[in-house]
Amino acid sequence: MAVRALGDYEFPPRDALGNFKGRQLLYVFWEKHLLFSRPMALALDPALRFSDVLAQHVVPAYRRHPDFPRIDWSQVRWIRSGAPWTPDPDKSLADNGLRHKDLIRMVTPGLDGLDGLGG
Amino acid sequence: MDMKAGKKLGTRERYALMTRDLEWRTTYQPMDKVFPCMSYEGIKIHDWNDWEDPFRLTMDVYWKYQAEKEKKLYAIIDAFNQNNGHLGVTDARYINTLKLFIQSIPPLEQMAARGFTNVSRQMAGGGARIACLLQAVDEIRHFQTQIHSISNYNKYYNGLHGFVGQQSRLWYLSERKSFFDDAITAGPFEFMVAIGFAFEYVLTNLVFVPYVSGAAYNGDMAAMAFGFSAQSDEARHMTLGLECIKFMLEQDPDNVPIVQRWIDKWTWRGARVLGGIGMMMDYMLPKRIMSFKEAWEIYFEENGGALFNDLARYGIRPPKCYAQTVAEKEHISHQAWLGFYQKSQAMSAHAWLPTPEEMDWLSSKYPNTFDKYYRPRFELFREMARSGEPFDNHTLSMNCQVCQATIHYTEPDDPTTLCLRETDHQGEKYHFCSDHCREIFEYEPEKYVQAWIPTHQALQGNCFEPGVDPSAPDFDAKAALFDYWGIRDGRDNGDFEGSEDQRNFSAWRKLATQN
Repeated sequence: MAVRALGDYEFPPRDALGNFKGRQLLYVFWEKHLLFSRPMALALDPALRFSDVLAQHVVPAYRRHPDFPRIDWSQVRWIRSGAPWTPDPDKSLADNGLRHKDLIRMVTPGLDGLDGLGG
Repeated sequence: MDMKAGKKLGTRERYALMTRDLEWRTTYQPMDKVFPCMSYEGIKIHDWNDWEDPFRLTMDVYWKYQAEKEKKLYAIIDAFNQNNGHLGVTDARYINTLKLFIQSIPPLEQMAARGFTNVSRQMAGGGARIACLLQAVDEIRHFQTQIHSISNYNKYYNGLHGFVGQQSRLWYLSERKSFFDDAITAGPFEFMVAIGFAFEYVLTNLVFVPYVSGAAYNGDMAAMAFGFSAQSDEARHMTLGLECIKFMLEQDPDNVPIVQRWIDKWTWRGARVLGGIGMMMDYMLPKRIMSFKEAWEIYFEENGGALFNDLARYGIRPPKCYAQTVAEKEHISHQAWLGFYQKSQAMSAHAWLPTPEEMDWLSSKYPNTFDKYYRPRFELFREMARSGEPFDNHTLSMNCQVCQATIHYTEPDDPTTLCLRETDHQGEKYHFCSDHCREIFEYEPEKYVQAWIPTHQALQGNCFEPGVDPSAPDFDAKAALFDYWGIRDGRDNGDFEGSEDQRNFSAWRKLATQN
């Protein structure tokens, strides 16, 4: 459907890629770890390597969870738009195929939050 | 001179002469040019004479009645203020509910006034016009009396000073703002369903009870008096909203699916706004009235259920979101407060961890969920705070494109999994908190692609005061953002424990009660 309006109703999207001055949005969430109540929103250089996203943003944000030291990083899986997604840590966001406003969900098998209940 | 007094007019005659009798058919211009917004939403009105006036009130009676209420209200506010009533509230944490109130509600009353002024101009029927006009004046009155009843606290406590600008700037206020922005940019009939019906009729008690009873339970006579002074207006607003829905449904069967879609949309948007109210009821009021879950059962499931039964004869079914809101009532207040607590550094109000006694109260009110899911999180936060390094989530939040709530609610059938939805529109990705918000977006994407999402605006560099240069060598992004938000770091924000408000309240109360 389209908006019912008296006149023409076309406006540019307010969060188009071009508005972020060379950066793109990426949202990250650690599945089953709702101690961190919501995903984090990041604006990043598309040339940034994925391993740097982890080191600079993901680790500092999640390090205080009791599950954090128990993460086996070789077992970590990712989900993007409902489907499994495998990043290459040495490649950039762009080369990993991450688009503006992608949301990636980090899954740590066997670690399901406080008491295994998503906390 | 020989004067003969005529017979005094009865209420009904007076009302007819002073309202409905003021209508006329235009002759220089066609009616549809004078009332251009009456048909584009698809609502068909055949005869405005069928409009049943939900109350018969003329402007002169209205002024007289409201003036009497004002006199009483201001006498109470004066007495409360002169007697240092603020020191009699249960504890200074309570004042944070007033901060969230003044930061969002009076500006919304003003938006409601704008909306009803517009609708009172657009409606082609005289009865609807006068009723909407009176409601517009009510809303302005509420805007003023709310500010007057709370402003005295601003002399003593932090975080109340910046509400005029904060409403359109602060990240956690955009959810309520977007509700009204969405409504007043809709057509007049959708506005009436959004505000007149969904907000004023279906959901009003869930706003009114927490704030007004919350004020009464916690010793705040000023805010309580405002609430009672608004109560008779609210009763009028409810009957207007209901009459408008019934009128649309009776005028033409083609109106039914349109009205149903609006009921679905606006009940859901309202339910999302109430997540913040739930948090206040369960966590912020030192003396609680009832749990959010109990309030939802009484005011939404029982009262709302009866209302939707009544509307079934028009072919209206309960809103699509009904089952989801029932599933969520045991979760959303906890999830919202966990989110606020970890982001209190960026709020113009304080947050805190519930005490052990308060957690026991929550366990008793939420036997299925609190101990299992939420107590462990609060206890871990408590441990972190004790260790001297309280948890501060320094990352930026993610918002729903439609309701603009922080995306922090879980799947309706799985409280261990965050509910995340997305869609693509014209090559751009959009994220939502729920199926309902995604559906609202997909129906009118052109409207929601313009949403002013606070996090995105900050990341685009649009959240600095004019003249601030982000490329300057000494640029401090956090300080610049706090300036823009109107938050004085270390005074207005952060944990209530150790705050200036906590210290002052305690010192002043001692002065008032001891030598």
